[in-house]
Amino acid sequence: MSGIVLEGVTKRFGDHLVTDAIDLVIPDGAFTVFVGPSGCGKTTLLRLIAGLEDIDSGRLLIDGVDAAQTSPAARGLAMVFQSYALYPHMTVRANLGFALKVARRPRAEIAERTEQVAEMLNLTPFLDRRPGALSGGQRQRVAIGRALVREPKAFLFDEPLSNLDAELRAQMRIEIRRLQQQLGITAIYVTHDQAEAMTMADRIVVFRDGRVEQAGSPGEIYRNPASRFVAGFIGSPRMNFLGGAIAAKHGAVTIGVRPEHLAIDPAGTISAAVQAIEYLGSDSFVHLGAQSGETLIARGVPDLDFRSGDTVQLRIAPGAVHRFDADDRAMPAPAPAPGANIFEETV
Amino acid sequence: MTAGVAIRQRSYLQGPGRLLLAPAILLLLAASIAPLLVTIKFSLSDYRLLFPDSSGFVGLSNYARLVASPDFVPALVNTLMLIAVVLAASIAGGLGLALLLDGPVIGRGGLRLLVISPFFVMPPVSALLWKNLLMQPVSGFFAWLAALFGLPAYDWFSHAPLLSIALIVAWQWLPFAALILLTSLQSFDRELREAAQLDGASAAAILRHLLLPHLARPIAIVVMIETIFLIGVFAEILVTTGGGTASTDLAFLVYSQAMLQYDIGAASAAGLVAVVFANILAIFLIRAVGRSLEA
Amino acid sequence: MRTRRRHRAIATMFAWAASLTIAFPLLWTLLTSFKTELEAVSFPPRFLSFDWTLANYRGILAEGDYLHSLVNSVIVAGGSSALVLALAIPAAWSMAFAPTHRTRGILLWMLSTKMLPPVGVFIPIFLFYRDWGLLDSRTGLVLLLAAANLPIAVWMLFSNFREVPGEILEASRMDGASLWQELVSVLAPLALPGIASTFFLVFTLAWNESFWTLNLVTTEATPLTAFIAAFSSPQGLFWARLSAASILSIVPVLLIGWLCQRQLVRGLTFGAVK
Ligand SMILES: Nc1ncnc2c1ncn2[C@@H]1O[C@H](COP(=O)(O)OP(=O)(O)OP(=O)(O)O)[C@@H](O)[C@H]1O
Ligand SMILES: [Mg+2]
Repeated sequence: MSGIVLEGVTKRFGDHLVTDAIDLVIPDGAFTVFVGPSGCGKTTLLRLIAGLEDIDSGRLLIDGVDAAQTSPAARGLAMVFQSYALYPHMTVRANLGFALKVARRPRAEIAERTEQVAEMLNLTPFLDRRPGALSGGQRQRVAIGRALVREPKAFLFDEPLSNLDAELRAQMRIEIRRLQQQLGITAIYVTHDQAEAMTMADRIVVFRDGRVEQAGSPGEIYRNPASRFVAGFIGSPRMNFLGGAIAAKHGAVTIGVRPEHLAIDPAGTISAAVQAIEYLGSDSFVHLGAQSGETLIARGVPDLDFRSGDTVQLRIAPGAVHRFDADDRAMPAPAPAPGANIFEETV
Repeated sequence: MTAGVAIRQRSYLQGPGRLLLAPAILLLLAASIAPLLVTIKFSLSDYRLLFPDSSGFVGLSNYARLVASPDFVPALVNTLMLIAVVLAASIAGGLGLALLLDGPVIGRGGLRLLVISPFFVMPPVSALLWKNLLMQPVSGFFAWLAALFGLPAYDWFSHAPLLSIALIVAWQWLPFAALILLTSLQSFDRELREAAQLDGASAAAILRHLLLPHLARPIAIVVMIETIFLIGVFAEILVTTGGGTASTDLAFLVYSQAMLQYDIGAASAAGLVAVVFANILAIFLIRAVGRSLEA
Repeated sequence: MRTRRRHRAIATMFAWAASLTIAFPLLWTLLTSFKTELEAVSFPPRFLSFDWTLANYRGILAEGDYLHSLVNSVIVAGGSSALVLALAIPAAWSMAFAPTHRTRGILLWMLSTKMLPPVGVFIPIFLFYRDWGLLDSRTGLVLLLAAANLPIAVWMLFSNFREVPGEILEASRMDGASLWQELVSVLAPLALPGIASTFFLVFTLAWNESFWTLNLVTTEATPLTAFIAAFSSPQGLFWARLSAASILSIVPVLLIGWLCQRQLVRGLTFGAVK
């Protein structure tokens, strides 16, 4: 079986359990994104896969072979570090060619591969500079190029874009994705930015406190979050949560509604006070305070003929309610009771 | 010290880690611990180079002989005196120099070069230069200075051999103290000092209440490090007085017992006394340095 | 404004006076080295008004003893420093990048061997060297001085390596670099300034070492310390010659010392004074 398979992978730092019996299959050739809040163990898991840390218990299979005894280099994986970790004393050319050089490849081949990768990443003009004389984005591309040169079995990216500005980040997301698709190489990409996860991933794995909270395609995770945590973490602005009577009417402890499913409509049955309005051009978000105390966000209001302080009525789009139980786990979608319209409620 | 080192044991690093550490450990074991054990053994044996057969276990009799010998107590006292005089002189002088150089002076770089120079002079050179060119009672420079003030020339090495040696050694170590203290003074917060000046504190009060407390730690480190080196003062004695009860320290005693009297047993016992002596001081050094690195 | 300027002038004057006093023995030696023997012992001493001569330097260089010792000093100090680096760089790598729960203990133990006065191990080493033909050999000195300076070097390099970002070394491991390549092509260039100052410190210490170099050699392997010590009698009467020989013996490390004073002193205090 090819790809990367984790079976009960556990890692402790002292008595702190950083990854807790993680079972995961990283599909071959796909772009898998690990996402989760800071400190949940994403980097650690990536380093475990890379072989830079030891697994305490559990198994890691790479292309069906137990990798426990394999050195980082022999695993055939390439890593792009958050700090880039370029060799500061070498030129871009030498940085790119280092892996081939230590593998004792012929000089002509090294030169050719290096040029080729530099071409791919628009680094040709900078080949003879040192990393210190490059911009952040250029350094980032060198770091990616260094991984590309080796034609690895898989790329491991640890928050590679977190040091770039927003515009460059958006551009690099596309570029990384394009390269990965073009080469068809498996990629694991760590981020704590859910937007990055949504835009790039074939498959998202959401982590929380060293455990896998949910794994699936971006659409699946967005539409059917497995828990209140995932529901709140994925999607921006975050999902609205309502408890109390309205949730009880749905047979749940909490219900969640995404901002785009909350419409301001005089015919709606939830009254809320407008607190602030964000106009983003193509979009707008209305921040609201429900009478029951929750803050809500509604998206894409067509006619904004109200102002802060006004009281408006809200309507939940049919079929858009996510229900959560006392443990914050998602409950299966209810079969609508005949004749009852459960989506029109009063708070 | 380990505060910054997250101890992460990784299987693929453990083998190389041990492998790369081993040569250094082996060399140190071979050059320090192994000979130290042999010294201990010798110190308990009757072993004289002139009578090779006479080696056998004799308990503590070497130590008894050493303590009873007329050279031992003076050597111990001389060692202590030497350390005390050199420490006092180099730290007092070093502090003075550091304060001067920390002031609003022109050409601090040049001053630093002048002040640091003696530290890089090899001990036999400094001892011979001082003994001959400066301290020689007939035409040495100090004799001329004395004559200038109408004083009689002083025969340093006949009248005060230990003090003369201490002076030379202090001259070598003064730059070290001065540079350490200067470095520390320069890291002292200027604003704090200026605030104190605005509060009307006198220069003496600033020195007493602000600078000296700030310098306590560097002074402690200077004391420890100089002490380690001062326990082994040897070449300065060899090339000036060549020994004698008045100027022999423990290091020189070991040398003369072994190389001049061929009494390995007694020399080993003296060597171990020096080791114990050094270690009492070393415990403090390890504590101080260890703590400072953890901070 | 004016008082401040006066303050500055006075401070400068005192500082220069004190510093010149400290350096005076060396300056005086330098002057004496250009005098004739007669002028060197003249009383009252001559300061600048004498016949400057290079005869002393010429004499020493012509005699061969100096050059012989200089070569030995360079070999012994250079060789032992190179050996120290060859042992200390791997050891410090191990401590900085593959630490175990024993690392701290080992480091302190290494440092503690520095607290062992040479006389505590002198006799066994002397007898061993005698029996193994290492007395009066440069090899013997190289080994001993390496052992003497190894702890300081390990400590200096350890503190230095800890400032190197571990991720760069990890990147080289991912790139497939062997341990040797990691040390030579990645770590060494990154830590070059620290390695250089470590080298200069141990070189200086070895150059000036005056216990082993005076006790373990007689003729063949005599370095400059022993060459100078031989002036203690009766040659010491030749002041001008002694001065020139002294200047020639201390110039190399004096230059090194001037160039890297800060690092050298920091190294000696194990970084405890910044
Ligand atoms: N060497 C270490 N020793 C002890 N604890 C560690 C070590 N490295 C990481 N940890 C802890 O393990 C947990 C997971 O760290 P990790 O770096 O994997 O988080 P992360 O998910 O990558 O976070 P971020 O998004 O901030 O990068 C954290 O609580 C961290 O403090
Ligand atoms: Mg991380």
